[in-house]
Amino acid sequence: MTDTGPAPAPMASGRQGSATRTDGAGGVELRNVTKRFVTPTGAAMTAIRDVTLTVEPGQFCAVVGPTGCGKSTTLTLAAGLEMPSAGSVRVSGEPVTGITKGASFVFQSDALLPWKPVLDNVALGPMFRGMNKAEAKERARDWLRTVGLAGFEQHYPHQLSGGMRKRVSLAAALINEPSMLLMDEPFSALDVQTRAIMSNELLTLWDRQKPSVIFVTHDLEEAIGLADKVVVITAGPGTVKAEFEIDLPRPRGDVQSIRFNKRFLELYQQIWEALREEVDEAYARTSRTADRAQAAGGRV
Amino acid sequence: MSAEALSTGAGMAAASDEATLAAAARARVQKRKREVILGQVTVLFVIVAGWQVAALTGVIDPFFFGSPWGIVVRLYDWMLNGTAYGSFWLQIWVTLEESILGFIVGVVSGIICGVALGEIPYLADVFGPYIKIVNALPRIVLGSIFVMWLGLGLPSKVLLAAVLVFFVVFFNAFQGVRSVDRNLISNARILGASRLQVVRHVVFPSAMTWIIASLHVALGFSIIGAIVGEFLGSEKGLGLVIATAQNTFDANGVFGAMLVIGLLALSAEWVMAKLEKRLLAWQPKGNGDSTIQGL
Repeated sequence: MTDTGPAPAPMASGRQGSATRTDGAGGVELRNVTKRFVTPTGAAMTAIRDVTLTVEPGQFCAVVGPTGCGKSTTLTLAAGLEMPSAGSVRVSGEPVTGITKGASFVFQSDALLPWKPVLDNVALGPMFRGMNKAEAKERARDWLRTVGLAGFEQHYPHQLSGGMRKRVSLAAALINEPSMLLMDEPFSALDVQTRAIMSNELLTLWDRQKPSVIFVTHDLEEAIGLADKVVVITAGPGTVKAEFEIDLPRPRGDVQSIRFNKRFLELYQQIWEALREEVDEAYARTSRTADRAQAAGGRV
Repeated sequence: MSAEALSTGAGMAAASDEATLAAAARARVQKRKREVILGQVTVLFVIVAGWQVAALTGVIDPFFFGSPWGIVVRLYDWMLNGTAYGSFWLQIWVTLEESILGFIVGVVSGIICGVALGEIPYLADVFGPYIKIVNALPRIVLGSIFVMWLGLGLPSKVLLAAVLVFFVVFFNAFQGVRSVDRNLISNARILGASRLQVVRHVVFPSAMTWIIASLHVALGFSIIGAIVGEFLGSEKGLGLVIATAQNTFDANGVFGAMLVIGLLALSAEWVMAKLEKRLLAWQPKGNGDSTIQGL
């Protein structure tokens, strides 16, 4: 098994240019990054090993891989929440030493403060950066209108549906006009229809600001439908197995219907070939662990 | 046309059905409420009347067990003529003042220490064992020390109440800070929050749910602290009134003072419930509300 995997798909000419921000901010560069965690009992666990990954400014990069392969770790490194054990992480050309400037994060669970109304939640970003309260709220109001939630400003998060909360999360993340947007399985808790709608809206919003995006998901269709580039991570400790350029034209239009596109299916097949081995490997490992646990349990 | 009329007729019938159903449901709820209140009044009446009758007929000795009428007479006498240490209202006020001050001191210090230790793991590791040791001590006994140190006046009672309150609030604040959703903190940090902003906007409000839960217990403890402090040595207060009644075998006096303390605690609890409702207005209405009310 080689590290390069199947040959990358040929790049469509000209498309890359349209997706690039002119100011060059938001590019992410991970070089030979390894991250080890030390568990409370003192055992070391390698989450990712020797990951090299480049996301151009304004590029939409999806990261797929089996469960527990360290996809989320990659995001926390790019956000500056964690420091790499080895290797270097650079964002917008600067090495990451603390919380990355110009980054926003969208979590799987919506990280909204349940005790603040929606408007205050969205206004948090500008307020933390020193904008005065009234101005921050005014901008938050604009953003809520943009994501289609005008009239819900004074609702508490728990009064909204999952999809609406996700819109609030998006507004709260984008209001800081990030040059880099990090998304950790943002739509996986939504039902299928809401998910499709949110995917379309994400693309529309992304198109306005063109931040670079790292979008972690376990859903290959979602990855291909949204991204310029799909990166396959191996079973943990994760490392980059293969990268695929997605040369589907933009605007993608309806993410639901692009799945019937012939090129989409080709790409799906190629990437799935690369991903399947890793999924099988991860599954085999967990079942081995389960067997061992069972055997150990049997002895006791 | 006739079909349309039929369908609107059916719609109206359905609507009036809905209305009667709703009315019936309301009536059921009302009836149940009345039944509960009736039951509660009956229980109170049976106990009080039973006690009175038993005392009158000599089934129980009124000298040791008092009687409801005797308690009323004793309370009336106190209110009219005052106690041996000044007016009865003064005694109530002294105890109330000690409880409230103790409560405030204990809650504020408990929150500050709880949040600080929750936020700074090094402090938690260093102080953890000592706090557990102090918590394991029977803290009521500290009251004797405080009376020795601070004398018979107000400060010793305030301190005892504050110590009792402190630990309840402290442990809840600490636990509350520890159980804040990590994603919320990460998100705030990425959005640009400083450490202080994280504490103010994320950690503290999140821990507030825990802290408020502890305030009910803390309130009870603050009253206990004040009364016990007065028991151990004081010049005024309901605790002293009870101690004196005990020494003169005045059962009605003990019960009477107890009743007043109970009423104080109940009204404090009522204020606390109002406060809690205001502070936790953002929380979704749970199903748990009715059972809590029932208890």
